[in-house]
Amino acid sequence: MDTRTSSAQRILQGFVRSVVPVLLALIVSALIMLAIGASPTEFFAGVWKYGVTGDNWQRSLVLMAPLVIVAVGLIVAFRGQLWNLGYNGQYLLGAVVASGLGPVLFGVMPAALATLIVFVVAVLAGAVWSLVPAILKARYGTNEIITSLVMSFIAVGVVNLLIKGVFKDPATTTPQTVVIPDDQLLPYIPGTEIHIGFVIAIVLAVVAQFVLSRTSFGLRVDIFGASPKAARHVGLNSTWMVILLFALSSGLIAFAGSIDILGQFSYQRADWDPRYGDAVMPLVFLARFRPIASLPFVAFYAVLATGGTLAAQQAGVNVDFLLVIVGLILLFMTITEYIGERRRLGQSYLPAGLRRTVTSLVRPSRPGRVSAFAPLAAPVDPADPADPGPTDPAATERTRA
Amino acid sequence: MTTTTTSEVISLRGITKAFPGVVANDDISLDIVSGQVHCLLGENGAGKSTLISILAGMQQPDSGTVSIGGQPVDISSPKVAVDLGIGVVHQHSTLVPAFTVLENLMLGDSGVMRDTKRATQRLGELAELLGVEIDPHALTSDLGLGQQQQVEIAKAMWKGSRLLVLDEPTSMLTPQAIEHLGESIARVKAQGLAVVLITHKLREAYAMGDCVTVLRGGRNVGHIGVDELASYSEEQAQDAILAAMFGDDLAAAGSDAVDLAGAGEAQRETAALDLSSRPVRLQLSGVTSRGPGHDVETEDVTLTVRAGEILGIAGIDGHGQQALSEVVAGQRPAASGTVVFDGEDITRTGVRSRQQLGVRYVTDDRLHEGTVGSMSVALNLVIKRIGQAPFWKSGRIQSKAVDIEADRLIAEYGIRTPSPATRAGTLSGGNIQKILLARELTGGAKLVVVNKPTYGLDLKTVHLVRELLIDFAADGGSVLLLSTDLDELIELSHRIEVISRGRLVGGVTNDGPGTAEKVGHYMTGAIEGTD
Amino acid sequence: MSDLLSTAFVTVFVATVIAQALPLMLASVGETIGEQAGVLNLGLEGVMLIGAYVAFVTTLTTGNFWFGMLAGAVGGVVANLAMLVLNVWLGLNQIVIGLAVTLIGEGITSVLYLQNYTKSPASLGSQPSMPIPGLSEIPVVGQAVFSQSGIFWVVILITLGLAFAMARTNWGLSTRSAGQKPSSLDAAGGSVMRTRSIAVVLNGALAGMGGAYLALLTTSTFSPMLTNGLGFIAIVITMLSRGRILIVMITSLVYGLAVAIGPALQVSGVSVPADIIKMLPFLIVIVMLIVFARSSVVPPALGAAYSRGAR
Repeated sequence: MDTRTSSAQRILQGFVRSVVPVLLALIVSALIMLAIGASPTEFFAGVWKYGVTGDNWQRSLVLMAPLVIVAVGLIVAFRGQLWNLGYNGQYLLGAVVASGLGPVLFGVMPAALATLIVFVVAVLAGAVWSLVPAILKARYGTNEIITSLVMSFIAVGVVNLLIKGVFKDPATTTPQTVVIPDDQLLPYIPGTEIHIGFVIAIVLAVVAQFVLSRTSFGLRVDIFGASPKAARHVGLNSTWMVILLFALSSGLIAFAGSIDILGQFSYQRADWDPRYGDAVMPLVFLARFRPIASLPFVAFYAVLATGGTLAAQQAGVNVDFLLVIVGLILLFMTITEYIGERRRLGQSYLPAGLRRTVTSLVRPSRPGRVSAFAPLAAPVDPADPADPGPTDPAATERTRA
Repeated sequence: MTTTTTSEVISLRGITKAFPGVVANDDISLDIVSGQVHCLLGENGAGKSTLISILAGMQQPDSGTVSIGGQPVDISSPKVAVDLGIGVVHQHSTLVPAFTVLENLMLGDSGVMRDTKRATQRLGELAELLGVEIDPHALTSDLGLGQQQQVEIAKAMWKGSRLLVLDEPTSMLTPQAIEHLGESIARVKAQGLAVVLITHKLREAYAMGDCVTVLRGGRNVGHIGVDELASYSEEQAQDAILAAMFGDDLAAAGSDAVDLAGAGEAQRETAALDLSSRPVRLQLSGVTSRGPGHDVETEDVTLTVRAGEILGIAGIDGHGQQALSEVVAGQRPAASGTVVFDGEDITRTGVRSRQQLGVRYVTDDRLHEGTVGSMSVALNLVIKRIGQAPFWKSGRIQSKAVDIEADRLIAEYGIRTPSPATRAGTLSGGNIQKILLARELTGGAKLVVVNKPTYGLDLKTVHLVRELLIDFAADGGSVLLLSTDLDELIELSHRIEVISRGRLVGGVTNDGPGTAEKVGHYMTGAIEGTD
Repeated sequence: MSDLLSTAFVTVFVATVIAQALPLMLASVGETIGEQAGVLNLGLEGVMLIGAYVAFVTTLTTGNFWFGMLAGAVGGVVANLAMLVLNVWLGLNQIVIGLAVTLIGEGITSVLYLQNYTKSPASLGSQPSMPIPGLSEIPVVGQAVFSQSGIFWVVILITLGLAFAMARTNWGLSTRSAGQKPSSLDAAGGSVMRTRSIAVVLNGALAGMGGAYLALLTTSTFSPMLTNGLGFIAIVITMLSRGRILIVMITSLVYGLAVAIGPALQVSGVSVPADIIKMLPFLIVIVMLIVFARSSVVPPALGAAYSRGAR
């Protein structure tokens, strides 16, 4: 490996590897739109129009606030190689704390104090909700992807029950919570219509970046993520690490939900689920689990989502098309990562045995090989940002037998 | 030696295989003749394993040819190798632990349905041929290592074999099991099969082989033919092989080379100690460990290590060595019993406090436990002191202090790395082991637990590691040395305890010839019934 | 409460159990084969949705339920091509690819359905039934079980056949070894790639059929996010069943039983909020996970791409 690559080159490489998948995903999604009879030009023009021009950029930045916090929450867990995919439920739990508890608290105490209490309770609710996956993982090695997902589905149900039950606004027929008056919501940044949740989110990202890259805690997280065995070797308590990282991650995502209600929505409807986490997850991979690096990607997606909602209708597709774009970004990300890693090692990125494999499927007598360079070319794990990533390819998610 | 009338020759000609940065096989040619045991000798990294992978179809040579009985063959996959009758017993087990013996043997069979009846019959034939008894329905993971190896040999010969390759078959076996293996090999040879035996122990090559080829740095540097070897006395053979193994280095390595190559019986190299006068450093009393997984735990272990002493723990791999190391290092809790260090009860203290007291641990899993491959060499050198001054101040890393310490250790221990910022995972095994030793032996170390410290290293590093441990003990440090290599234990230890199924089953003071026999006696005695 | 025991009621109840259990069973059996071979498919949810949508469209246009099932299987295989090429052949991360497939499956089926069918919501009508002479005369069971459509019987046969094949054939042995220790299979002359490829194709076909069954026979229609997490439940069922297809069948039936209780209570006059009925399956599996946490065993090589010689 060439260790003399200049840092400028490294940054350029990282940039290319991060941007190319997004571009490819956009191109392919344009082709898909053409195929199903929608207009990609109208869609992307619409995204620009409704996401950026006029005062629309402010709406995009408002959307950025929860997205950035969700990103930080995911990064905290992912760096420890804990795949917290229960983000949708965790977000909604935080949101319902704000929309349900908020109106009660604002009635009896100063807004600032009530806001503070809402935030604390939201974070706690998220953290507590993550205990089941965390303890199962720490104690029995149960795959946390599955448990956190299942807990997320349960959270969605609980939130809906709450909104239709105790938190329901008796004045309306549709199940929704009481609207919090404007003067009790988070204040705007002077001169804009962007609430200060945006500032909080950016500050959180900066603090997280510092903690993860410059402190002993950050190093411990990275060691734990690279190899739980190594973590045990240096004296980290893996049980607490799993519980702590899960609680932090889940708490932050719930915080995003509460800030979104108090900053933007002011009430919550039943069956509402923005699924921010699904969109943010690929972005944090692209940012190689670095909070600051995730900001441009989140900004990009905020524009895409803000403009995309209206643009999709104009272009003749449903909003769910955004899910397709996100999925494509994920796919192209793994492919780009693979090709990049091969190039870095000076190897052909078409595996030597691939053609052979294809023929061997047809003619079973000649089995294929994986790679002529097998001993030195461990498969690229996209969770392992190439350089100088915090993780170890050998420590991909694995359930203890 | 049985000479069959139609002796067949498998010829390798000009085999060359390069990996990025290293030529593993450089123009190697040799002939493997049926009815003979052909020994391949060479130290770690000499290219033995690559050559075997090529024969097994796991790797393809960059150039060169393999031919059987004059017919060139293209061993393009393991399947082709199996079909050609080339059976390989790899150094690392290829058995599926969760499968029964029979399931393992049937794996790779053609035909739609599993033919259990035919398989049982075939196993019977092979067991008779090898002179062993194997329970076809036992779970592989329940078998002892010796028996697992018998299954591996049966598997290698499953489809009717012409060549049996054994890669370092003796490294994990007791002296008794090695003898047993020798008998099986003789029977296989008598059937007219060719056998390739890979070893880095000269003694074994002489005892079991009909001819010897020596590899060094990927090249074939010496061959002793059948007649030549038969005409040599053991001494002459030894000299001839040593000359080939070490070349010009022989003079420099001197008598060490003889020991390292496992030529003769090992002898203690540490100075004698009057143990009773030394203060007790570590005292384990009735320690039973309780780990997170399914490993063998220590059972009621009582032992004492004194200042300046190297206490060896002998035993077959997987008999509780890891649990013992971890319970001393603080990585694994003790369910009962006490751990006392310098008179202080540390049974309940964790890794970090023990580290600060001077208890250190060089683990055998250098790559995934001992180091974090994706982090820099410098960070790996201070990784056990996270949060401690001067490397961290109020939680923030002090890069300068880390770099100074790293530079110092890299120079002192001769760690060969492009820079302190290089990722540790890119270094060679020997240099990674030096990182571990540098980290564990400095900064107030008093007791170091070392588990298989020279496993898989090249001879020079092996020598260096042993010197470091001897020096550490000579300066008053204590060493708890766990190893599966009996020669290593005899060279380094003052006393040797034998561990079996997590229990200490006997101790020997290492004070003269005959130690190996005594230790071997405990090992075989203890594992009777499993092996 | 006597209503609860009336023949008609019990018949409907048993039929509901089967209708709820079968899609899950198909997907779980597919996932079992994939996981036994070492491939964890988190894209199952997306694969099921694609299978369901393709089957829905096919049956709607052809009017034939069999074609629909077949199309669902094909759709599932196509959806799994991403996993086949990117993970099994190129060795890329299974988790990321799986999630991508789930997202794309959810997005594309929702977009296509809303684009084509919102104006005239389409129902497929009642399923074709194939009463088994004699047996279908038995009270309750005859109506609920032995009057199911032919598709039901084919599905049961496929599942039993696969259970037999996994336990008794060389293919089953190879498949299990690919998940336990791929290097062993490789050394024994088998092909890890081919074995895993076959497993992934089967996984896609079965999950696609699971989605198809859900759309064609269980709900008789399609709607966006129809599966509502069923793919993830299938993964849990797989983990809990420790690779045994017969246990997968039983666990799926238990799931169907639990889900059928909600509507049954409603029929009998106890009002249960829809949200609780929706949540129930997840509550059940999380309780099962907690109770059986110790025994949820997955193959050692699950999730690890195999590359020869890499240790």
